[in-house]
Amino acid sequence: MREIALHLLDIAENSAAAESQNIRIEVHEDLHRDLLAARVTDDGRGLDPETAQKVQDPFYTTRTTRHVGLGIPLLKLAAEMAEGRFSLKSKPGTGTRVEAIFRHSHIDRMPLGDLSATFLTVLVSHPKMNWTFTYRVTDKAGNSHDFIFENTELKAALGDMSLTEPEVLTFVRGMIEEGIAALTLQPVN
Amino acid sequence: MPAIKSLEELKRIRDEALQKKQMKATPGNIQVIIAMGTCGIAAGARDTMKSVLNFIETEKISGVTVTQTGCIGLCEQEPIIQVVLGDQPKVMYGKVDAQAAQQIMKQHVQNGQPVKENIIQL
Repeated sequence: MREIALHLLDIAENSAAAESQNIRIEVHEDLHRDLLAARVTDDGRGLDPETAQKVQDPFYTTRTTRHVGLGIPLLKLAAEMAEGRFSLKSKPGTGTRVEAIFRHSHIDRMPLGDLSATFLTVLVSHPKMNWTFTYRVTDKAGNSHDFIFENTELKAALGDMSLTEPEVLTFVRGMIEEGIAALTLQPVN
Repeated sequence: MPAIKSLEELKRIRDEALQKKQMKATPGNIQVIIAMGTCGIAAGARDTMKSVLNFIETEKISGVTVTQTGCIGLCEQEPIIQVVLGDQPKVMYGKVDAQAAQQIMKQHVQNGQPVKENIIQL
């Protein structure tokens, strides 16, 4: 995988498969501290300590019971290659939090990639889930700007209307793309 | 593109879309299912999804449900999508990049003719 955003999609798919109701995806580009943090938090069925350890091993997968395979070890490796770290915290019945932190300026740091495409993909794929997306950019001086998207009100406003009706899709895609683009355009140096 | 994205606006869009949908009387349910396992994502499933959504938007097709499935054990054929038109049997497509997705949407979803070159025979 060539983008952090694709890894986030992969991890979020794990969360969705784990019977979660609420999933949060957070990305923080922090130029002040020279870090890029990416995190997925869910309230799904969670992993026992042994499994939580095993999923970080590339030769482990449960396939039929949980959709965890190469995805997690690859993300871990990507973070470690960029002077970062990886953590997976999980508790059975409570949920799971996967976090990867990269040195932002590291030459081997994977590009963030198309975050709006990742957000739109999970939103459309799992329309009943409660999603929270946070994208935060902190400039070198330490000033932060946020884009926060939640689909609770959106779901209420839509009722049983599908997200994939063309007009609705244009609206939601626009909302996400414009929100992220506005931050990307902030002067970051 | 309007600058303000308010919920009021969304409600208006929803009502308009609802009216149009009722007028058209969609011929059964259309489902496009995209495989989103790690293998699918690594092979480009997100671009495939983006292409499908883009087609729905630009062609303004109503009544298509886009959803996902996990790894189905044919990783070498990824990105994989499945198309279900009403009561017809499911058609499974392999190696569906953004371009192939446009073709499948146009020929199969819009005009009911499966795209033979990409079909996975099981």
